[in-house]
Amino acid sequence: MGHGGGGAMSAELVESLFVPGYGEAAATELGDAAVLPPVEGRLAFSTDSYVVKPMFFPGGSIGDLAVNGTVNDLAMVGARPLYLSTAYIVAEGTPMEQLGRVAEAVGRAALAAGVRLVTGDTKVVDHGSGDGVYINTAGVGVVPEGVELAASRMRPGDRVIVSGAIGVHGVAVMSCREGLEFGTTVESDSAALHGLVADVLATGGDVRVMRDPTRGGVSATLNELASASGTGVVLDERLLPVPAEVRDACGLLGLDPLQVANEGKLVAVVAAEDTDRVLKTMCAHPLGAEATVIGEVVADHPGVVVARTGIGGTRVMDMPIGEQLPRIC
Amino acid sequence: AAASGMAQTVRRRLVVRGVVQGVGFRPHVARLAGELGLAGWCRNDSTAVEIEVAGPVGAVDAMIGRVVAEAPRLARVARVDELDPTTRELPSPFAIDDSQDRHGELTMIPPDTAPCERCLAELSDPADRRYRHPFVTCTHCGPRLSITRALPYDRASTTLADFAMCDRCAAEYTDPADRRYHAQPISCHDCGPRIALRDADGSLLAEATEDVLERTVAAIADGRIVAVKGIGGYHLACDAANAGAVAALRARKQRPSQPFAVMAADLETAGALVDLGCPELLDSPERPIVLLPARDGAPICAEVAPGLGETGVVLPYSPLHHLLFASTASGRSGPRALVMTSGNISSEPLCYRDEDALERLAGIADLFLTHDRPIAVPVEDSVLAWSERTGPVALRRSRGYAPLPVELGAGRPVVIAAGAELKNTVTVVRDGKAFVSGHVGDLESLASREAHARVVEQMLAFHRASPGVVASDTHPGYTSRAWAQARAGGWGVRHVEVQHHHAHLASLAAEHGLLGEDLVGLVLDGTGYGCDATIWGGELLRLRDGGRVADRLGHLGAVRLPGGDAGVRNPCRTAALALLDAGVELDGTAPGDELTDAEASYLRGVARTGTGASVTSSTGRLVDVLASIIGVRHRIDHDAQAAIELEASAARWLRANPGLGGVCGDRSSEVPRGSAKGEGAAEGDRSSEVPRGSAKGVPDLPFALAPVDDPTTPQGEGGPTLVLDPRPLVRATAAAAPTADPGALAFAVHRAIAAGMAELAAASCERTGTTTVGLTGGVFVNRLLLHLVATDLTRRGLTPLRHRLVPANDGGLSLGQAAVAWRTLSM
Ligand SMILES: [Fe+3]
Ligand SMILES: [Mg+2]
Ligand SMILES: [Zn+2]
Ligand SMILES: [Zn+2]
Repeated sequence: MGHGGGGAMSAELVESLFVPGYGEAAATELGDAAVLPPVEGRLAFSTDSYVVKPMFFPGGSIGDLAVNGTVNDLAMVGARPLYLSTAYIVAEGTPMEQLGRVAEAVGRAALAAGVRLVTGDTKVVDHGSGDGVYINTAGVGVVPEGVELAASRMRPGDRVIVSGAIGVHGVAVMSCREGLEFGTTVESDSAALHGLVADVLATGGDVRVMRDPTRGGVSATLNELASASGTGVVLDERLLPVPAEVRDACGLLGLDPLQVANEGKLVAVVAAEDTDRVLKTMCAHPLGAEATVIGEVVADHPGVVVARTGIGGTRVMDMPIGEQLPRIC
Repeated sequence: AAASGMAQTVRRRLVVRGVVQGVGFRPHVARLAGELGLAGWCRNDSTAVEIEVAGPVGAVDAMIGRVVAEAPRLARVARVDELDPTTRELPSPFAIDDSQDRHGELTMIPPDTAPCERCLAELSDPADRRYRHPFVTCTHCGPRLSITRALPYDRASTTLADFAMCDRCAAEYTDPADRRYHAQPISCHDCGPRIALRDADGSLLAEATEDVLERTVAAIADGRIVAVKGIGGYHLACDAANAGAVAALRARKQRPSQPFAVMAADLETAGALVDLGCPELLDSPERPIVLLPARDGAPICAEVAPGLGETGVVLPYSPLHHLLFASTASGRSGPRALVMTSGNISSEPLCYRDEDALERLAGIADLFLTHDRPIAVPVEDSVLAWSERTGPVALRRSRGYAPLPVELGAGRPVVIAAGAELKNTVTVVRDGKAFVSGHVGDLESLASREAHARVVEQMLAFHRASPGVVASDTHPGYTSRAWAQARAGGWGVRHVEVQHHHAHLASLAAEHGLLGEDLVGLVLDGTGYGCDATIWGGELLRLRDGGRVADRLGHLGAVRLPGGDAGVRNPCRTAALALLDAGVELDGTAPGDELTDAEASYLRGVARTGTGASVTSSTGRLVDVLASIIGVRHRIDHDAQAAIELEASAARWLRANPGLGGVCGDRSSEVPRGSAKGEGAAEGDRSSEVPRGSAKGVPDLPFALAPVDDPTTPQGEGGPTLVLDPRPLVRATAAAAPTADPGALAFAVHRAIAAGMAELAAASCERTGTTTVGLTGGVFVNRLLLHLVATDLTRRGLTPLRHRLVPANDGGLSLGQAAVAWRTLSM
């Protein structure tokens, strides 16, 4: 049912959707504040807001992203995620049926990730002040003893691993945006990665740093790591795991697959001698089955990410500027 | 006073500025003084050549007149100032002082030029001690910029510093009567650099000169690819008549279709390959590559420059090149025409260091013909296009020309301009002179970015300048802009961003010394970032306030570009979108046939939803659209390929149908404005060659011009912004394409664009009260369009103003950026 034409959508009304939608993933009471049991170890704490359009896309929805995104941000610092808060900003006129589907997706994703939804909030704004649903999630997790992941630990010679095919999520979202079709049926690969991360850390291999290459793709992530670490990164274009459908879609859209957003993928920088061990462990996990080494850390060109082309040339991978502006004059 | 029997004696002191170092200027002065029996001295310093002479008044006057009038062939005298004479005792006979460096305003580095006739005569004279010496040179020829490490230009500051002259060379070097007096790169077999032949893994195959040449010539004749170290860097050479060798070079360089330049042994050989048109250009000391009409049955394989009807030809420009074409010691003769293409990996800069070349070109070259004279400044070949109607049109201004300056005027600021993203050059302004670097290239690769930074450092070091401002484009995605921002921050100076087409027009004004005057200009270009954050490229701008401001008075209407640069690489996509936007269904059109199902459904979505494409006013994209609709080119693998092939198609048709290319249906004929006067008319617009009236087979295509309100136009500019709607032209071309001769249609769209643009310019001139129209932007390297627009403007009584020095394309952009920034700070 839609509330656009009828009476005002109220926060209470909307809230009544969430508890059933969340199912078992929710704490019995979704209060204004949650009191939680003591934890062993260092706390990790993260927050992120989700504004993806459209709200539903092949393979997922904004609900999955809101859970997996924050879970993954916690996982990337090596934390085991424990609790999430969910806060919604809903535009007046958003169909209640859609909200219900979003809530169910949040519940399902939280259950799958093994995190509890412990507190939340909802605001309704005038139609025109917003559009559809925005979700903020915050999460806490606990970081095991001895886990220290930081860009500053990167050293020349380290290998760069990506946990699977890149560009899939971004292309899935774009494929249904604004009614454009490009003959592809790529589905988003959104997933919670903390299980994969736990397996990787359990190898004892020296993982220097991990990131989930979401907005701006692998390119933005590696640029951030290169700047933060003062090292250079060299990728080999021939090693990049880009599915044919993603390559074709990017060819049409004029995008570089390295700049397309991912969910459910991680980039790990690993000491060279531990690379095989880490890679084998990743490949044994369902979310890392296609993990592969794509490049290495170098001392040359600090702060700059370079892709080696098939013919022995180099292409500098700049920090994406957000918009694809033609440069060919 | 009573007349004495003695002639009156005078003493005078001069300072000669310009390109006066490294060109034999002091020897020339000394020879004159000797001939006239004058006492005195001259010296090079870092500012100029200074001369002081004394003697009979008539002889001194004669000397001063002849110093400039008979200046050496490579000298360019900018100015002569007279100073008060010194009181020191003058040497007699006249003497040359040693160089001294005064850290002031610097003279200019001369460009690299081809061996002069006398050096060539020595090269082929068995009796001469420099017979077959691969480095023969004198004060009138040879390498300059490429071997210069610092100023003042002196042996010690060149890459020959480590080669100690033998006694005989030293004697020539110090003899004022000798042609090699103070010729800095002087050498001979005994004391000079040496050539060597290496294989692809770097091992030495031969090092005795004749052995090296023998084996190199044999290898080329056998179809091998040889990396040749020339003047400004390495080239990849192979037999231009050997299809297997050319195909191997294309495959290894991953360069499927972009034309290769051909080095012809001599003018006669060149004449068999192409219609020489303007032999003086090919044979000039600058030795550019010149694009000329290919001859049918030319003795080279078609894959060298496929499908264009033109070949880029260059004559040998180093003694080593000449030796490759001469018969060897054993009497063997190699091919008379060699493919000579830049020694680089696709999109990377020219290799010029030996280790670097060996490493990077190992997968391309079979052999390396190298030598041990280091290259200090890499210099790419210059490229000019030529046609009867337009004369030379610069595509790339580099070896032979760089770094000759453009005078901006008097003003202190030191400016460094970062240039464009593709076809990059860099400009340094010092003491009111803008020095434009040679071609740097496309800044996509790490190596190119390093080359860009190195060129800047080198130019600043040469000029001992620290910049007061760094200029760049405004494009948020340009590396050159990010570089400028970072460097300006690092130096603590201002960063001035200059809109792309403003810079193009300023470059034109700068090279003509017109920065101070209001100028209307048609800037027809590929893509540049506009002031409204859309992509521009079909602009009618007015430059004012000394070049600091450009107003957009008119432009081409929207041509939408799907998928950014991917749309540029696939003209059929841009064409399909343009057809849909113009209300034409794709079925049955050439782009419609070319598109994949996925492309077609995607583009229909883009057309329907109005999203997924950049809005552009780009003439280059419109030309792409028309090329695809006519079926000339749907996808490109090198820069401007569709536009180049469309022009070639039209030019071929014009050659086959002389007299049919009438500017028919010409709307401008309705508004006669009197006869053409001024520079444009003098520039050889031979409009009389082109008969008027509707010609058989040439469709008359519309290009509507409509004034449209545009809020970005400043008030009081005489009316709303003028917009040329491209849709009628797109529709009409699509309607004509199924039945028209493609060549005739290619010509017709050129004419339609020219007529529309001329109309746009004329309407703007009327509003602004100006009569000169600048023609710039990359589209104006299209000689046919340049000719048609210039002719049309001339007929309307307007004066077209075109580039003579810097290219109309992005190679000239750094000059424009520098000029605007310099003006901004000088005023
Ligand atoms: Fe341009
Ligand atoms: Mg996040
Ligand atoms: Zn000479
Ligand atoms: Zn010698």
